[in-house]
Formats: sequence, C-alpha cells, structure tokens
Amino acid sequence: MLKDDVSVVKTIDDAGSSRNGAVRDAWQAQVQRAPLRAGAVDKTISDHPLKPLYGPDDVAEIDPERDLGYPGQYPFTRGIHPTMYRGRLWTMRQFAGFGTATQTNARYKFLLSQGQTGLSVAFDMPALMGYDSDHPRALGEVGKCGVAIATLDDMHDLFRGIDLGSITTSMTINCTAPVALAMYLAAAEEQGVPAEKLGGTLQNDMLKEYIAQKEWIYPPEPSMRIITDMMAYCAKHVPKWNTISVSGYHIREAGSTAVQELAFTLADGFAYVEAGIEAGMNVDDFAPRLSFFFNAHSDFFEEIAKFRAARRIWARHMRGRYNATNPRSWALRFHTQTAGCSATAQQPENNIMRTAFQALAAVLGGTQSLHTNSLDEVLALPTEKNVQIALRTQQVIAYETGAANVIDPLGGSYFMEKLTAEMEEQAEDYFRRIDEFGGVIPAIHAGFFQREIADASYAYQREIESGERIIVGVNDFINEEEPQISLLKIDRAMEQDQVARVRAFRSGRDGAKVADALAALKRAAESEDNLMPHYLHCVKSKATLGEISEELVPVFGRYREPAFV
Amino acid sequence: MMRPIRILVAKAGLDGHDRGAKVIARALRDAGFEVIYTGLHQTPEQVVDAALQEDVDGIGLSVLSGAHMTLFPRLRQLLDEQGASDIVLFGGGTIPNEDVAPLIAAGVAAVFTPGTPLAAIVDFVRKECARRVEA
Repeated sequence: MLKDDVSVVKTIDDAGSSRNGAVRDAWQAQVQRAPLRAGAVDKTISDHPLKPLYGPDDVAEIDPERDLGYPGQYPFTRGIHPTMYRGRLWTMRQFAGFGTATQTNARYKFLLSQGQTGLSVAFDMPALMGYDSDHPRALGEVGKCGVAIATLDDMHDLFRGIDLGSITTSMTINCTAPVALAMYLAAAEEQGVPAEKLGGTLQNDMLKEYIAQKEWIYPPEPSMRIITDMMAYCAKHVPKWNTISVSGYHIREAGSTAVQELAFTLADGFAYVEAGIEAGMNVDDFAPRLSFFFNAHSDFFEEIAKFRAARRIWARHMRGRYNATNPRSWALRFHTQTAGCSATAQQPENNIMRTAFQALAAVLGGTQSLHTNSLDEVLALPTEKNVQIALRTQQVIAYETGAANVIDPLGGSYFMEKLTAEMEEQAEDYFRRIDEFGGVIPAIHAGFFQREIADASYAYQREIESGERIIVGVNDFINEEEPQISLLKIDRAMEQDQVARVRAFRSGRDGAKVADALAALKRAAESEDNLMPHYLHCVKSKATLGEISEELVPVFGRYREPAFV
Repeated sequence: MMRPIRILVAKAGLDGHDRGAKVIARALRDAGFEVIYTGLHQTPEQVVDAALQEDVDGIGLSVLSGAHMTLFPRLRQLLDEQGASDIVLFGGGTIPNEDVAPLIAAGVAAVFTPGTPLAAIVDFVRKECARRVEA
C-alpha cells in the first residue's frame, strides 16, 4: 500500500516537469481499476453531463482577458462591481406579506429591526390577478399568499411609519404592476418624498407570467405596451426605479432546468430591450434600470456557473447586438431567492441546510440581493421565528464564512470556467430556437416554453420516483414519525375585515371623480398616450386596483392560455 | 372490456402554480387513465361543469394558494347538489397536515401533501375511481 503511494507521488513529479500527460494517464488507469460507489452521478440536477475531473484541457479555449475580464469590467463574468462585497455586502431582502396591510407593516418593522436592509412586498393572489378583496373570485384567497392590497389606503397602511425616502422597496407584482407603482408613488408623495428620490424595483415581467407563473389579465401584446409605457415614464420621473425585474425564479420553480432558466430569462430580457427600442427609446436610457431575478437551486456549482454565464451573455448581447454604449447597460444586476421547490415538507428543519447552501451559491455567484427561504414555506407563509433563522443564515454567510472576502473566488477553477462556458453555449442554442419561432411572444403562443418546462419537470419527478435521484427525507433517509411544526395561521376573520375596509373605502369617495379618471385611462389605452400618468390619476382619485384593471379589459382583451398537459 | 377511468385534473382559484397539476396529469395518463386538464384559474362552478360534461370518475384538484379550505368543500358541495356524489374528489398542494382531517370530513376522498410518490396517487385512482366504471 505504502509502496503504491510512493510510486504515484513519483509519477506526478515526473509528469509535472515533463508535461507529457503521463500523470493524467496514470490517474486514468487508476480510475479504471477503482470501483464507483452505487448511486454516483455524472450529471447535474439539470441533467447537464459532468466529467469526474476537469483540467487545463477544459479551459484551453477560454481567454481570461476576453472571457473573464475583471470585476466591474466587461464582460462582467467575475462580478459587476470592482470591489464586490468588499465595498458593500448584498442587500438582505426577505420577501414578506400576509393578511392586512397593517399586519404586514408590523412584519416589516420586525425585519428592519433584525438587520434587514431592504423591503420586499408579497401581494395576495387577488391583487396579483387584478381583483379587489371583495370580488367573488377572491373568496378564500384574501391575505393568504401575500398582503391584501386593493386601495390607496391599504398602500398607506403598508408603509406607515417607514420612510420611503431612505429604504428601497421591491414589489413582486406583474399584471397589476402599474397600479402598484401608482399607489406607491401616491403614498410617497403624501409622505413628502419626491418620485426622483424613490428607489426600488417592480417585478413587472409579464413575459415570464405567460411562460411560468401564470398570473395575467391582458394578452402579451398590450402587456408589452403597458411595460414600455412604464419604462419611458420612470426613465423621466422615477430615475432610480428598476422598472422590470426579469425573472427566472418562477421559470425554475415551474420545473425548468438551470439552462432553461438562464436562456428563457435572458431571452425575455432581450425582448424588453427590443420593445423599448421599437417604442422609440434609446437603449442606454432604459437598459441600466433593467434588473434580474434568479433562483438558487441545490446543485451548487451549476448555480454559480449560471450566475456567471448570465452576466457574460447579457454584456455580450447588450454591447454587440443592441449597441448599448453605457457600461451600466451591459452589467447584469440580479436578486436571488433560494429554491422554494427544493424545500421538503418532510423533516422541514432540513430546509435550513438546503437554504444555506443555495444562499452561499448565490453569494459566490455575485448576487446583488438575496432572499433566503424559511424552513416552513413549503407548508405556509413563514413564522417570525423561521424568518429570523433564514435572515441569520445570510448574516452567517456574510460575517462568518469568509465568502465575502475575495471576489469571484471560484473564478479560474477548471470546472467552474468550463461549466460557465457550456451554459453560455447552451443558452445561445435556445436563443436560436426562440428566434426560429419569430421571438419570445410567438414562442409563448406556440407553447414552446411551457412544453420545455413541463417536460423537464416530469423528467425530474420521474428520477425521484425511480430513486435515481435522492431527496433526503423524501425518498431516502425517511423518518416514519414526522413531528408537527407550528405554522403561521391567517385568521379567517381577516378576510371579512378586509372586505369591509374595501367597501367602506368605496362608499367614502366621490363617485363622479372616480368614473372620470377611469374613463380617461380607457381613452388613453385606445390612443398612443403613455398610460402611467392616467394610472396615477386613477389611484389618486381613489379608484381601486380591481376597477382600474377591469376598465382596460374591453380595450385590451383577456388572455386565455391554451390548456395542454 | 371495461372503459378506462376518466379523471379531471383541475386548477381552481387564482394561483398559477401548475407544475404539480401537470406532473400528476402526465403520470395518470402514463398509467393508462383518460385525463382531462381544466387549465388555470377556474371557478368551482366551471370545474363541476367540466366534470359533468366530460363524465369523469374523479376530480384531482390542485391548490397552492392557501385557499384549499374554501375551494375543496365548495367543489364537493356543488358536485353533491348536481347529483354527482359518485364523482370521487381528491387533491393536493401546499396543505398543512392539520387541514387534512377537516377536508376528509368535508367529503374529500384523499389529500396528497407535498412529497407523495406518484405511484401512491396512481394506486389511489385505480382503486377508488374504478367503482363508477364498474357500476
């Protein structure tokens, strides 16, 4: 045994000096003799093939100057800031919202008191789909998946006692995004904060709604017009606002692979750029305000490579294809959330570890902000205790692990660079296939993305079913007895309170003023006017979210998805 | 020869999470059942109409919005009112364990919580939804 070891050491020495590949051959010979353990996998969680070892040959084509560059410099593979986390840590931003605006306001104050550095609003399903809390279709859904917001009063209560001039707010809302932005602007105005000082992000990414998250009102074409109107309005009046957070998160949650998430999200991003240019804007006037939102799933290295590839692809296309000249148009900024779909209901405490590894991948991938999922989110909205553990996870990564000390610490790893390059190539293949459909919207109408994702998610599920893929606590290492954990309960009386609030709001306003404002919005929709000032006028005239959304259905139509399995 | 079991896979309410519904629909189809999928954002009334029109033996309802305590009982009530008590109602989604017993009491035949093997759902359908086929 000892003799063998000695001879190996000697071989390495020989080959190291002669570089004739003898060391590699010796290793390969050893590998061929060595048995593999049962269950050893040679692919990522996304079915991307892996080699057992990567070496210099794998990066022979990679030119460090051209393909990696330096942090803060084109093509931004290593990060978008020259100092990255040495200059400033990522923003710790926990997505939160439940019950009434007043209940969620209390949660925000708790999170801020615990060291959180930005707010992120989760709206309930009725608000996300354009229904007021008292609409028959809202029954049972009010305040469940997020906070119930139907009126300007609700928005005021949501941020009561929080200075909108000193905090940045992210709002995860899409088809009703213009209403949410209008309400936020009106609430800030009443606080005395001018629009040009407001910082924050609207998700406002309708393309991924048709692809994955499936919350919509109007068809894709009018939705794109609303979005370009908002881009133009914000470029002028709310210059620090991120108008779209182009989102891969939901694509991944719907079951896509990592490469699909990467490719579909960037394709959506390019579609917004093209829409802005077609609407007559200069690319450098709006592209710096586009941001991204990715998932951090469990395959550690694949996720880091995905983030690095995303930056490089965006930079190359923005400069080479769309002729952006402002480096800020080239730099892809992104938020990350750990993968909700990876969390398990079985042994839920294990989700703490999953979240920690996923969050570390996001940090090593250079994220600008991060939400860490709570252990109980697979079953319900998180309790205060579990949110605190999730936030502490980020703080441990930031202050204890050393992960924030060196920029892009995995840069130059044979494996990491090869994987990054492969993901870029595969994304480019998808871009070509999407182009063959005539772009993102025709591909949506053809069901291309929806089918790709459904196929990937079914394949993944079958691997779990067959035991080919182990999920700890679910199909192996099972506990027969599952202890109960205490969950956040949304009081059912809350829904009735909110319904009463909305009705009281409607009865306390000037009906003629509301009708005029809604009519003006509709006329604007029929013309080429920018819609955003009209949304703002509706909100200030006390029209509700549901009324504003419904007003435009006769003009824009209602989207119906072709249902297929 | 007996006709195959017919199942309606349904998404009611406002949430757009269709990953689970689509995986279940494919698994049931691969198991040899006839599967109809409602598409998203259906009201309970629309689901029941589709079930009657398609003459299904069972409805698998997927709810991930937290509205399960409203939607499942409403669907069961509408089915019973329409004389379709023999249609088996089952489902799943993000449903905490403590809500399972009340749902069963409200006439839901089975609730499959996250992590349930597909094979268990297929077995359930084969056993419980066959009665109507044989009748």
